[in-house]
Amino acid sequence: MLTFVTQRLLQSVAVLFAVSIAVFLAVYAVGNPVDLLISPEATQAERAEMIARLGLDRPVWAQYLTFLGNALQGDLGTSFVHGQPALSLILSRIPATFELVVSALLLASIIGIPIGLWVGLNDGSLGARAVMTGSILGYSIPSFWKGMVLILVCAVWLNWLPASGRGDTVTVLGVPFSFLTVDGLRHMAMPVINLAIPNIALMIRLTAAGASESARMDYVKFARAKGVRDTRIVRRHILRNILIPIVTVLGVEFGSLIAFSTITETVFAWPGMGKLLITSIYQLDRPVVVAYVMLVTFIFVTVNLLVDFAYAALDPRVKLSERMS
Amino acid sequence: MTDTSQQLTGQQALGQQGVGEPVPQRRAPIGDTPQRRAMLKRLKRRPSVKGSLIALFLIVVIGLTLPFFAPQNPYDLTSFSVMDNRLAPGSESFEGTRFLLGTDQQGRDMLSAIFYGLRVSLLVGLVSTGLALVIGVCVGLVAAVMGGRIEAMLMRLVDFILGFPTILVALVMLAMIGRGVDKVILAIVVVQWANYARIMRSAALSERRREYVEAAFNLGYGKPRVMFRHIMPNSLNAVLVVATVQIASAITLEATLSFLGVGVPVTQPSLGLLVASGFDYLMSGDYWISLYPGIALLVLIFSLNLVGDRLRTALDPKRS
Repeated sequence: MLTFVTQRLLQSVAVLFAVSIAVFLAVYAVGNPVDLLISPEATQAERAEMIARLGLDRPVWAQYLTFLGNALQGDLGTSFVHGQPALSLILSRIPATFELVVSALLLASIIGIPIGLWVGLNDGSLGARAVMTGSILGYSIPSFWKGMVLILVCAVWLNWLPASGRGDTVTVLGVPFSFLTVDGLRHMAMPVINLAIPNIALMIRLTAAGASESARMDYVKFARAKGVRDTRIVRRHILRNILIPIVTVLGVEFGSLIAFSTITETVFAWPGMGKLLITSIYQLDRPVVVAYVMLVTFIFVTVNLLVDFAYAALDPRVKLSERMS
Repeated sequence: MTDTSQQLTGQQALGQQGVGEPVPQRRAPIGDTPQRRAMLKRLKRRPSVKGSLIALFLIVVIGLTLPFFAPQNPYDLTSFSVMDNRLAPGSESFEGTRFLLGTDQQGRDMLSAIFYGLRVSLLVGLVSTGLALVIGVCVGLVAAVMGGRIEAMLMRLVDFILGFPTILVALVMLAMIGRGVDKVILAIVVVQWANYARIMRSAALSERRREYVEAAFNLGYGKPRVMFRHIMPNSLNAVLVVATVQIASAITLEATLSFLGVGVPVTQPSLGLLVASGFDYLMSGDYWISLYPGIALLVLIFSLNLVGDRLRTALDPKRS
């Protein structure tokens, strides 16, 4: 176990390292960093002074080492637009994004797992086939368009829900949250549904596949022959066995939803880190883009690492030596 | 792997058409057995698949022949007038032509804009999938046949790329290199090739152990020949199923990037950009600028995903 943990840890560090090089090259080596980092209105003297101060006259590897050194100390540059450290700017947007992502995953599990179970246990019936086809539709609808249709129907036509923003927030331990106020919940409804729909489809398909497979297993047949009640079979024998892949996928989805919430946040003007990324791209605020990529990579690598450890700990069938190769 | 003396005698004795090479495996197209043909025939008769195939066929035909179909050329500034801007579906223009799906903020006919946008979306989807497929298949094959260090390095790279959400990589990449049809294609290829590489490698690894591959090597055929003429045709099945779904995801990705403003340029609007251009007018109730291009996009993506899903289930060895 210890070798597995160290090996995975080293791998994760290597990934972060590789991403830092890629991002550094993308920003500093491709194109002219002077044009990217210094305002075009600066005078010749100001430019020269900035180049010297930013160290852009030094060789690329030396610049990278400075970048890396600063990054390790939590300094990922200063936003041109806001004049604040890029990292703290993004960190201040994290609660809004996490609020959306966690709610969407919860909603996806609450709706998706029961439906998936039903589909898996009624494999081949007309209703099950209809749900499965519907789930293809669920992940086919482009997220941004789905969000706009939601706005059109619920905000413009029916006037039920507000179309943008976070609404009233309540500050808990210095962090503002929307889900504690009625107004906040009304603002959250559409973005959360929009983010959750593809994941509901995913949960349905995943649960259905697992359920129909384990329902054919001998231990289920045996339990049934023994006279165990159906609800107990489902709960104790089927659900337990398919929960491991579901938990794994939920973990991985958490990371990818942070990236995908960029689209939802843009459509619903939700002030999270994804919206900040898009705005920064428009405003050519490179340090924020760089900081976003590094931070999201970090979150991603950490979540994947935790999922792997949890998986190894939960499932005795996972042979650690096999997973490492 | 191959022995020189054997190579010479093998080539001389058997000629180019080696006997040790199972003929049907090599000449026949991908896994063409009577069972499979019957399966594909049954598949085509299913209503959902039939509907999707018809929709896809129509979309491709419209994309190819659109100058005959489209009432107007949306790229030609003289063919429309700002006087007709944001007209509701079905209303008449200043000059008396009817706009079936309304007009956008510049007075362009939405139906024509959708037809032309469909062409851009299809072009990006097909070209990027094609390029990613070729690169991925080659990398997967090389990894499977070469093995060792090369394989380990290539597959590490594949894992690295697949570890990130496609949208994030493509978005950040385009933020750095700027927008444009070619750049969007590049970004999609970068995020997609690894999918094919991974699948190709695992398919090729299982083919590699088959006797006909052993035979081909023993006949003295070089690695490239065995790779591309023996292993590849026999392991394409899995790759092609993935390709159907990947075209859909390439089109979605392009639409999303264009919606976010880092995709195709305004001069070549794809469906995603058309939807985006209607976003500002949504709150005032002018729904048609965003709604109809989105429906076209949805039909395209849903049909591809549906066909892909049915194909995958049908080819799944566990089910048959």
